[in-house]
Amino acid sequence: MRINCPICGDRDWREFYYLGAADYLNRPAEGDLDAIHKYLHIRENPAGVTKDLWHHEAGCSSWLVVERNVTTHEILGVELAAEVKR
Amino acid sequence: MIDLVAKSAAEGLLPVTIGALTLSEIPHREVHSIAPFKGAKVSTALKKAVGIELPEAGRSTTKGDVQVLWTARGQYFLIGAKPPKLPAAITDQSDAWCAVALTGPSAGDALARLCPLDTAKMGQGDVARSLIGHMSAIIVKRVDGFETIVFRAFARTLVHELRKVMTSLDAQAALPD
Ligand SMILES: [Zn+2]
Repeated sequence: MRINCPICGDRDWREFYYLGAADYLNRPAEGDLDAIHKYLHIRENPAGVTKDLWHHEAGCSSWLVVERNVTTHEILGVELAAEVKR
Repeated sequence: MIDLVAKSAAEGLLPVTIGALTLSEIPHREVHSIAPFKGAKVSTALKKAVGIELPEAGRSTTKGDVQVLWTARGQYFLIGAKPPKLPAAITDQSDAWCAVALTGPSAGDALARLCPLDTAKMGQGDVARSLIGHMSAIIVKRVDGFETIVFRAFARTLVHELRKVMTSLDAQAALPD
């Protein structure tokens, strides 16, 4: 598997660390317990296109949002997490 | 003050030549990490002070003995000169790294056994942050091979890994067709 980092270019998966769903970018307001519960534990988990957070740990150190299809392993897009609109 | 004897990171380990490849330690240089503050303009002030600007991502700039390497998103290493006052987070990392040069026609083949980068695509002065085995490394393409920079504590491991590959490549080259 290869990920096309917007800064470093096409790189081997060994350089990346997987965190989890891109939902982690949308942290709810403090005190909203239902929203925090949902944020931490509730995931759609579709058999299809997902958006996940990956860290280019051994590369430029950027956090990336990788859109991929978990049934075909096709990678549809890679964006810097810092530039993703929230 | 006692004048302590400086010891290089790969002291006693290098240089070593095996077959057509040579691995040597690059003499100790002054290294400062420069991480510009958000939105800060640093390049012009740096050029005024040391004669070179910040490189693009994945590149380096050189003038004489002074070099600036891109080392990560928003981070650069100034090598061989003192940084001026800049709107950036600056740390002296002079004794934190071990730099070695792997030179020879098959330097790329040697690196390919340890590093996931496609080094054949790198041109002179290109810089990549990647791995050597399990070690985080900065890799710079030179005319005669590659410069590899790792944390100083990994100097012995780096030399061990590269020597092993150099020995293996040499043995393979000696085999009959
Ligand atoms: Zn990267």
